[in-house]
Amino acid sequence: MKKQVPLFIVFFIGLLGFLQYFITGPLSKSVYTLLLEWFQGVQGMAIIMAVISLTRRHFTNVRKGKNVFYSLVTLISLYGMMILGIFFGIGKGSIFDKIYEFVMVPLNATTFSLLSFYMASAAYRAFRARSVESALLLLSAFVLMIGLTSFGDVLSESLPYFAQWVLDVPNLAAQRGITLGIALGILATSLKIMLGIERSWLE
Amino acid sequence: MSIWERLLKIPRALIFLLIGIAVFFPLLFKFTLPLNILKPVQDVYDFIEALPEGTPVILSFDYSPDVLPECYPISLVLAKHLAKKKLRIYIMTLYPAGTGFALDVYNKIIKEYGLKEREDIVFLGYFPSVAATILGIGEDIKNVFKSDYFGYPFDKIPAFNGVKNYSDIKLAISISGAAIPESWMIYANGRYGANVAAGVTAVMAAQLYPYYRSKQFIGLIGGMRGAAEYEKLLKAYDLATKGMNSISLANFVMVFLVILGNIAFFMQRRTKK
Repeated sequence: MKKQVPLFIVFFIGLLGFLQYFITGPLSKSVYTLLLEWFQGVQGMAIIMAVISLTRRHFTNVRKGKNVFYSLVTLISLYGMMILGIFFGIGKGSIFDKIYEFVMVPLNATTFSLLSFYMASAAYRAFRARSVESALLLLSAFVLMIGLTSFGDVLSESLPYFAQWVLDVPNLAAQRGITLGIALGILATSLKIMLGIERSWLE
Repeated sequence: MSIWERLLKIPRALIFLLIGIAVFFPLLFKFTLPLNILKPVQDVYDFIEALPEGTPVILSFDYSPDVLPECYPISLVLAKHLAKKKLRIYIMTLYPAGTGFALDVYNKIIKEYGLKEREDIVFLGYFPSVAATILGIGEDIKNVFKSDYFGYPFDKIPAFNGVKNYSDIKLAISISGAAIPESWMIYANGRYGANVAAGVTAVMAAQLYPYYRSKQFIGLIGGMRGAAEYEKLLKAYDLATKGMNSISLANFVMVFLVILGNIAFFMQRRTKK
């Protein structure tokens, strides 16, 4: 029963979601709207579950003395922001907003910006034309890196258009192949879940 | 130690310094590099130009601070164009972290173009659940937008008069560093035939080109270059034009370093042989 009920719900909702796409009319529309509302409810519950799970994990870490500092930072940030938001508001000029604007935004942007420095260092050490394939990769990287910046326009007027062609044709062909593969994979996995062949999500 | 070996062992700090100089130099000294307008950006511009005054358009800020340097200039230049064209702008976000940037652009645009709040522009705030929100707008916006961000009820917002779903909203633009534009494309375009455009980071742009070519996106603004091209089209030179110079120089240094590294690698191999 513990497995059959969730399996039945998954099969039934999956089938409903699939069929409503092909059936028009007021009944199909109302079922669809209802599903959307449920979807939002389920997502809300998922956030609550995530907060509980994160708290338990880091609480256990603190109790066991494992990565205490990082776990404390996570817990204080999570609940500190929550308390500030709930009791003092989230509007412009609030403490919540100020912490977000002056701590979160610069930290996040800084972490991402550091990437360019590490990428340059890693590329210098590892990006070598050791084989025909890696030479081709190197060449296409040069075309895109130069072609899609202003230096491309300085070197030759047609270089940016060539870089665009690389994106439009060879990149497109590869991306479409990948996308089709992913789509077929999702379809197969969905069917396996709906039919109860794939049950790992129940454990 | 030969010169090639020494070159291969350049300290990491020196590479960081070179990239740092390449990034900061264009920010300190003003100079302009040429820039051609590419078709994906031109298509977004032309589509917006062709929209009649008062047409409702969604501008969704679906990004977080990590992609701020690329996505913010795109948001700002697009908002400027929409305001200049006197379109009805609905600003929203499907990313909790996007609210602050969206509000910032909202206030800037109101001030710069003298827009009337809730008439010419509405700030709707954050909506959880990407798919449900996009699909909900396709059914009836009043089920999704119960009020604006400031709590003003839906029925009292003149900007929503006569607007029900994507058949009235002629364009939805998603600005993101993640896969949210794909959700707009799948649900809004795929299911309701809405016109969707995307402004994304350069990394994400390569992933979205197939959809642009299949016309599921009416156009694409890719990264800082896309934003700089748009600024050029609009003749509103701002953040992206400055940032583009930094990116160009940093990329140039990076290509130079990789070429240097390869020369050193092959020369050292030849010497050993």
